[in-house]
Amino acid sequence: MNSSAPLLQTPLHAAHLEAGARMVDFAGWHMPVNYGSQIDEHHAVRRGAGMFDVSHMLALDLEGHGATVWLRVLLANDVARLARANIPGKALYSCMLSEEGGVIDDLIVYRFSDERYRIVVNAGTAAKDVAWMRKHIARHGFNVSLTERRDLAMIAVQGPEAREKTWQALPELKNGSAAMPPFSGAQISDIFIGRTGYTGEDGFELTLPATRAAAAWRALLDAGVRPCGLGARDTLRLEAGMNLYGQDMDETVSPLDSGLEWTVDFSDPARAFTGRAALEAHPATRKLLGLVLEERGVLRAHMPVFTASGAGETTSGSFSPTLEKSIALARLPLSVQAGEKIEVEIRGKRLPALLVKLPFVRHGKALA
Amino acid sequence: MSKVPADLKYTETHEWIRTEADGSVTVGITEHAQEALGDIVFLELPEAGRKLAAWESCAVVESVKAASDVYAPLAGEVIAANQAAADAPESVNADAYAAWLFKLRPAADASTASLLDAATYQSALAEE
Repeated sequence: MNSSAPLLQTPLHAAHLEAGARMVDFAGWHMPVNYGSQIDEHHAVRRGAGMFDVSHMLALDLEGHGATVWLRVLLANDVARLARANIPGKALYSCMLSEEGGVIDDLIVYRFSDERYRIVVNAGTAAKDVAWMRKHIARHGFNVSLTERRDLAMIAVQGPEAREKTWQALPELKNGSAAMPPFSGAQISDIFIGRTGYTGEDGFELTLPATRAAAAWRALLDAGVRPCGLGARDTLRLEAGMNLYGQDMDETVSPLDSGLEWTVDFSDPARAFTGRAALEAHPATRKLLGLVLEERGVLRAHMPVFTASGAGETTSGSFSPTLEKSIALARLPLSVQAGEKIEVEIRGKRLPALLVKLPFVRHGKALA
Repeated sequence: MSKVPADLKYTETHEWIRTEADGSVTVGITEHAQEALGDIVFLELPEAGRKLAAWESCAVVESVKAASDVYAPLAGEVIAANQAAADAPESVNADAYAAWLFKLRPAADASTASLLDAATYQSALAEE
C-alpha cells in the first residue's frame, strides 16, 4: 500500500468521526478501530446488536449467460450447490485460487439466477481480485460482465437482537427478510439484505446506495444498535474461528493447509477449477486449529508453537473477551489433535496451551 | 487532550514517574498511552529485586489490540510490582495515574536529567 496516498473514506466516515471513533489506516481506508472500548463493542454483538461499516469491501455484480460456468471455473467451491439448494439468493463462501493453488482471496457469492450473481470481496485485495477476474474472463472467453459497485455502502448488523433492531430501524425490510434462511440474501427495493456476517452471530449485512447509508446508520443507532469498530470485528471473527485473509491464509498457502478444505469442492470430477491441479498434486501438509492459552498473557500472530509432532506457528491471536482468555489460530503439523497440550513461545518464554476445535464461540456460547 | 498531571515526570515513551518522600520512584504509563492502547487485558511486571539499567525494557502492557513495552526511566532495583493492577489490568484504562506498575529504588548514579516535565511532555504529545 502506498502510504503517501490519501486514505479512502466510506460514505459513513463523517458518522464515525461524529461518534468519536478512533480511526486507523486499514488497507488504505480511514476506518474506525473502536468507538471507545473494543471489549464493550465485542460484548454488544455477543449479547445484543452491533453494527460495522464494511463499505470498504467491494461488491461486484456478475451478469451473463456464462456466469455460472465461469464461477465454477473461477472458484474452489462449487456454485452449482446454490442452484441445488433451491433457496433464492443463497450464498456460498469460497476461495479464489491461483493456478499454483494459493489463495488470491476469500469471498462470498450470492446467486439470484444462473445468469446473475453478487460477489463481495475483501478491501485490501479488491483491486487485485478484479484484475484477476477480468484476466480470467478474457483468457477463457466467457460471456459475462462484471461491474464494480463502489456506489454502494455496506453495513453489517450482528448479534442476537440484530434482526429485530434492523426491522425496527428499517421497517420496509421486514416482510422480505423475516423468513429468510441463514446464509442467503434478497434485494428489497434499493437495499440488498443478506443473512450473513463475520462474527458467529445471527444478523444481516445491508448493501445500500451510498447516499442512503448515513440515514440508515442513524436509524440503526436510534434503534439501539451499537457502532463497533474493526477491533471488535477481529476478536469476534477469531472467536468464531473464521480465517482472516492476509493473516491466516494468503497466496503463498493452500486452502488445504488453512482449515478451508470444507470450502474446496472436488466432488465433480469434470470441474477443472483454477488451482485444482495444484491442490490435487499437493495434499494438505498442515492444519489450522484453535489454541487456548492456559496462563495469563496474550497470543499474537507468528508465535512459535511446539507440539509432540513438531513445530508450527500462530497465524492470528488475541484476547477473547467471551472466554476471558487468550486464543489463537495456529498452523500445525497434520497429526496433532484437538485436546492435546502444547506450548507457545511468548517473548522467549514457553507457556502451556490447549489445542481445541473451532469455533471457540458460536451464538454467544463458549465452546472451547 | 489527555490528562498530564503537573507534579509528575514523563518519558518520550509515555511512562510517568513520581519521586516519593523516601527517594524511591513509582512508574506507570500515561493517560495518552492507555488511550492509544485501548482495552488493556494483561500486564507483565518485573519482579522485586530485579536490577534494571536505564531504558531497559522491563514490563509489557498488552491490550486487545497490541503489546507495548514499558522502559525503566532510571537505573535501579525493583522494590515492588503492583499485583492489584496485574490482577485487574483494566484499572490502567480506568485511571492510568492511580494504577502504577512498579516501584524502583534508583541506583546511586541514576540521573533524572533526561526525564520530561509535564509541559514538555504535553508539547511532545501535541506534536504526535
